[in-house]
Amino acid sequence: MALTLDEVRHIARLARLRLSPEEEARFRQQLSAILEHAARLAQIDTASIPPTATVLPLRAPLRPDQPRPGLPADQALANAPAVDGTMFRIPPVFE
Amino acid sequence: MADLTDLSLLDACAALRSGETSSEALTLACLERIERLDPTLHAFLAVTAELALSQARAADLRLAEWRRDPGLPAPAALGIPVAVKDVLCLAGEPTTAGSRILEGFRPPYTATSVRRLAAAGAVVLGKTNTDEFAMGSSTENSGFGPTYNPWDPTRVPGGSSGGSAAAVAGRLCFAALGTDTGGSVRQPAAFCGVTGLKPSYGRVSRYGLIAFGSSLDCVGALARSAADLAPVFQAIAGHDPLDSTSVTDPVAPADLDGIDLNGMRLGVPEEYFIEGIQPEVEAAVRQAVDVFCGMGAKAVPIRLPHTDLALPVYYLIAPAEASANLARYDGIRFGPRRAAEGLMEQYLETRGSLFGAEVKRRIMLGTYALSAGYYDAYYAQAQKVRTLIKADFETAFRQVDLIACPVAPTTAFPIGAHGDDPLAMYLEDVFTLPANLAGVPGIAFPVGFDGKRLPIGMQLNGPYLSERALLRACHAYQSATAWHTERPPL
Repeated sequence: MALTLDEVRHIARLARLRLSPEEEARFRQQLSAILEHAARLAQIDTASIPPTATVLPLRAPLRPDQPRPGLPADQALANAPAVDGTMFRIPPVFE
Repeated sequence: MADLTDLSLLDACAALRSGETSSEALTLACLERIERLDPTLHAFLAVTAELALSQARAADLRLAEWRRDPGLPAPAALGIPVAVKDVLCLAGEPTTAGSRILEGFRPPYTATSVRRLAAAGAVVLGKTNTDEFAMGSSTENSGFGPTYNPWDPTRVPGGSSGGSAAAVAGRLCFAALGTDTGGSVRQPAAFCGVTGLKPSYGRVSRYGLIAFGSSLDCVGALARSAADLAPVFQAIAGHDPLDSTSVTDPVAPADLDGIDLNGMRLGVPEEYFIEGIQPEVEAAVRQAVDVFCGMGAKAVPIRLPHTDLALPVYYLIAPAEASANLARYDGIRFGPRRAAEGLMEQYLETRGSLFGAEVKRRIMLGTYALSAGYYDAYYAQAQKVRTLIKADFETAFRQVDLIACPVAPTTAFPIGAHGDDPLAMYLEDVFTLPANLAGVPGIAFPVGFDGKRLPIGMQLNGPYLSERALLRACHAYQSATAWHTERPPL
């Protein structure tokens, strides 16, 4: 299962990763090799096998709905590269 | 008293309680050893000396109170210096997950496992090196340079908890926390000749653990023996309301007395003794099985027929989960930002320039496996085959009590050996991945050396929540052998 360069660029864009042309070429080869290794899974008949998303039994435990303090804004913002008052500052999304 | 750092964790506890030494003295001895040896090993990304000394002095006050009134409860790890893998948050202290994208990050809260260990009286010496976001088997993927194996500094310590394993082996600390998503506690324990426990999935809270593969991640521990591990596991295990995947089953005390292996059925899976395994590793593991048999256990040949599918299953599921988990590193809320024109450009620049190669590869692999048109063929199919791998263990544990197998096909390999070949690196994990996919616990411990005097590790796997049985079996082995007492030439 060989990926094309265009596919590599498309995945990188979906994953929000800027790649250099050298990285695009290298990842194309490496990811293709990994996917080729994974292709053997297609040989396994799983028509009657349910998927495992978690090894835990599915359950929806409830806890008492008690108010408790959350993270104060100054602590939540303390690691941000740019803040404005009590908000994270980001480049404009809409012009 | 001889060098304090030579004491076992249990002997250090006894020396603290008798007043023969103090936590401050133990802490200073460890800090001194870190200062002397860490330039060679690079086990630590941050040393929290100030925090450690204040915790040590607090522990000494509690120990003095306890000596006046031995009726008081004495926490299990009171005054014991430990290290913590840098994927676990420690409030106010640097926490990077080995990634440049978290450089300078100081979390506002502490991981439950770390908080519980500190509540048990442990002194936190610092944060240990790891492959970036725990993705790797050698610690070479750290954004801050590799850790070196204490037995041979030209070789890797294993990974991703390589810093924790090297720190324990080098006696820079008495125990360390690690994490295991696909073998990251057990394989470095094997490469460094220490004892490492990967608990069952859900046994230890993941709150405050920087997420990699959320259905696989386990917080575990490394120490010099099962006896030293038991109190650490006891301290960190148990339900946490802050992690809804932590199980509510009670944690049985991991007492190690009165072990009788008579009649224990030890499964030996033929799929784990494959072509390509280093002959010395196979020989040492088989010899260790004989030691168990000499103590009354019975070796039973078993089959885990889907073992060879664990690697492709893992390397689709773990990257898929990682691609979602690592979406949060966007240069907005934490970590450095690469300023660019517009939000999209900022995402691309920040993530493209600050993630390392292996992390980018896995994010891309996961993104692909989850993308429209490929989801069913890759991710969904991997989840179904995961069911078969889990069923292999369920079938096996109807015939045997524990499973004995190698931890890794080889001993520690040279730095740079796998160069730029990710698939070759992934093959290092073939014997550890199945337990993560099945959610069952595993313990790794030294059972010999190869011709280059590199430690050889063996693994025991047990049924879900059988950590006590694993610790007891390992302790029985270590009571009959001395491999775990060997020291690296530092």
